[in-house]
Amino acid sequence: MTAAMTTERPVTQAADVLTIRDLKAYYINDLFGVRREVRAVDGISLTVRRNEIYGIAGESSSGKTSLIKTIAGAIRPPMRVVDGSVSFDFGGKHIDVYAEPGKMKAARWQNLSYIMQGSMSVLNPVRRIKHAFNNFAFRHMGLDRAAFRARVESHLQKLGLDPNVLEAFPHQLSGGMRQRVTIALATVCEPEFIIADEPTTALDVLVQQDVLGLIKEVQERLGSSVVFVTHDMSVHAAITDRLAIMYAGRLAEEAPTQAMFDTPQHPYTAHLIASLPRIGDISTRKSLGGKPPSLANPPSGCRFHPRCPIAIDRCSKEVPDMLPSAIGGRVACFRAGEVAVK
Amino acid sequence: MSHLLELDHVTKRYPVGGLFSRQSIKAVDDVSFALDADRPEIFAIVGESGSGKSTMAKMILGNEVPDGGRLVFDGLDIGTIRSREQREAFMAKVQPVFQNPFEAFNPLTPVDAYLFATAHRFCGANDQSHKERLTDEALQRVGLSLAEIKGRFSHELSGGQLQRVAVARALIPSPKLIVADEPVSMVDASLRMSIVNLFRALRDELKVSIIYITHDLATAYYISDRVIIMQKGVVIESGDARTVLDNPTHPYSIALKNAVLPPDPKAAAAAIRLRSAAAAR
Ligand SMILES: Nc1ncnc2c1ncn2[C@@H]1O[C@H](COP(=O)(O)OP(=O)(O)OP(=O)(O)O)[C@@H](O)[C@H]1O
Ligand SMILES: Nc1ncnc2c1ncn2[C@@H]1O[C@H](COP(=O)(O)OP(=O)(O)O)[C@@H](O)[C@H]1O
Ligand code: SF4
Ligand SMILES: [Mg+2]
Ligand SMILES: [Mg+2]
Repeated sequence: MTAAMTTERPVTQAADVLTIRDLKAYYINDLFGVRREVRAVDGISLTVRRNEIYGIAGESSSGKTSLIKTIAGAIRPPMRVVDGSVSFDFGGKHIDVYAEPGKMKAARWQNLSYIMQGSMSVLNPVRRIKHAFNNFAFRHMGLDRAAFRARVESHLQKLGLDPNVLEAFPHQLSGGMRQRVTIALATVCEPEFIIADEPTTALDVLVQQDVLGLIKEVQERLGSSVVFVTHDMSVHAAITDRLAIMYAGRLAEEAPTQAMFDTPQHPYTAHLIASLPRIGDISTRKSLGGKPPSLANPPSGCRFHPRCPIAIDRCSKEVPDMLPSAIGGRVACFRAGEVAVK
Repeated sequence: MSHLLELDHVTKRYPVGGLFSRQSIKAVDDVSFALDADRPEIFAIVGESGSGKSTMAKMILGNEVPDGGRLVFDGLDIGTIRSREQREAFMAKVQPVFQNPFEAFNPLTPVDAYLFATAHRFCGANDQSHKERLTDEALQRVGLSLAEIKGRFSHELSGGQLQRVAVARALIPSPKLIVADEPVSMVDASLRMSIVNLFRALRDELKVSIIYITHDLATAYYISDRVIIMQKGVVIESGDARTVLDNPTHPYSIALKNAVLPPDPKAAAAAIRLRSAAAAR
């Protein structure tokens, strides 16, 4: 661990489970000799501790899914890790994801599980739900068939699902039930580390609250770490302990969630919080001017500068470092703390 | 006063259970409302999943036939459309935007092909430069450009980018009515605001009416003129959007309103705990 990464954290913190250092992962296409590079993850460092829910927010195409695919070791060409490292520490068992790919494979189900974006549709439409459990989880649990079935059934019950869903086909379940099933599938092996990409985005408000409660409950019971990705800041408010904001493949800010909502330090964070609609308020919400940056050809300097309301000359020339912030987090901005919400 | 769209006691049943079962559920149950032709508006249909919102959208788009009642668009009973010409003319005026952009675009076809096809089919654009011009204009309206998406496939774009492409596609034929089925549930708050602000601009500048289907009461409150709230196919509350959402009277509307997560960590976490505790009882 480098000195730069340890200084900003108080000493009494729980152990780090995930450490990412200066990670760069690009989509690299060679089309007729023309190389196109999409720099979806471009120099990210962060750590996730035991027993916390770490949120990742950011606008569409900022690279959230790309980042967590890289964390889960779930990347395929044209995506490539071009620099940096991702490592886990599962109670002393150390795994460097890209230095020792074999080790990661074994850990994938035992220690870590990954609920993918749109994963409700990964349930095979022509097979009963029980096949998904048999295929994904059976091998990793070292139980005989009967004990395995009993474990799955009791797990489903804990999540408020009737064990009869095992005999159902996916289309017979509502969207909310399918999402519960995917969460059950992801947690039945009691993983220490859960990665969830937009797990509640397609759900209506009532079911969304149930599923969020469920994730919180499972996390607290298992004492696991959860990396929770969504663009929805209200969901982050409800469930995360710490929150990172991504912009154009980089982190803009990271802080304890409450502190970030109270006093955001980065102008982009301030914008995200101010743009949330509230019932009872019809004052026009400004959406950000300009366009989301192209990751094939990102802006120079601070990537937010073309859309930043308080940009100065320096912003287009120099890249701001991610430095400790006034609210106990980190922020990458030359004028951190200068924009208030509203 | 003429109507742009009128629903007159519309009902839709779906069979439940086995193939030969005689049971059915009413996905939409005796729904009536009308949109004025000369007063474009944003009309929200709100309800939890399974309440019949998408079924309603499909009937308005002419993709599902009601079991009872009629839908009349611009003086034409949608149920009587037979000829290809009539159907094409109808479709140009009523355009859909769907919820899940990943399903709306075939992964094997570049996304721009859909926009070119729409320009060709509804605007008679035959040569490539005409198609590209119409496509680029529509993309610019949603904050994209043809240069950015040209030749790309759906899996190469993020969820939010795809949804903007879907809105752009619907704009190409200059429709009179857009039926948007949960168009912002997959996109971030800032983009969500830019899409709903875009709907406002379409209403005010292009005089397009919009049926905005959502379970997000906060954006419904923010942009709609009128709202209906549905539960199990039935309209349980309707009226001026602000009046209804400020003071919902039906217990279900109240529950929906309470389920909107407040954008504040303490209040939101408390709301989740409250609901878990209620469910455990
Ligand atoms: N297979 C791919 N090939 C090339 N580019 C890709 C590929 N997959 C994603 N991208 C690009 O990488 C960037 C980041 O995409 P990513 O899916 O990580 O965004 P995201 O933050 O998860 O967005 P959303 O909130 O919309 O899901 C986008 O510009 C996207 O177009
Ligand atoms: N093609 C179909 N076949 C059978 N049942 C359907 C079909 N489409 C919808 N339903 C049922 O009709 C009801 C309303 O569904 P839908 O209109 O999709 O609701 P919403 O869009 O509000 O979530 C649900 O009970 C759903 O299961
Ligand atoms: S570094 Fe400059 S451009 Fe970037 S967010 Fe801060 S003020 Fe804005
Ligand atoms: Mg994503
Ligand atoms: Mg629907």
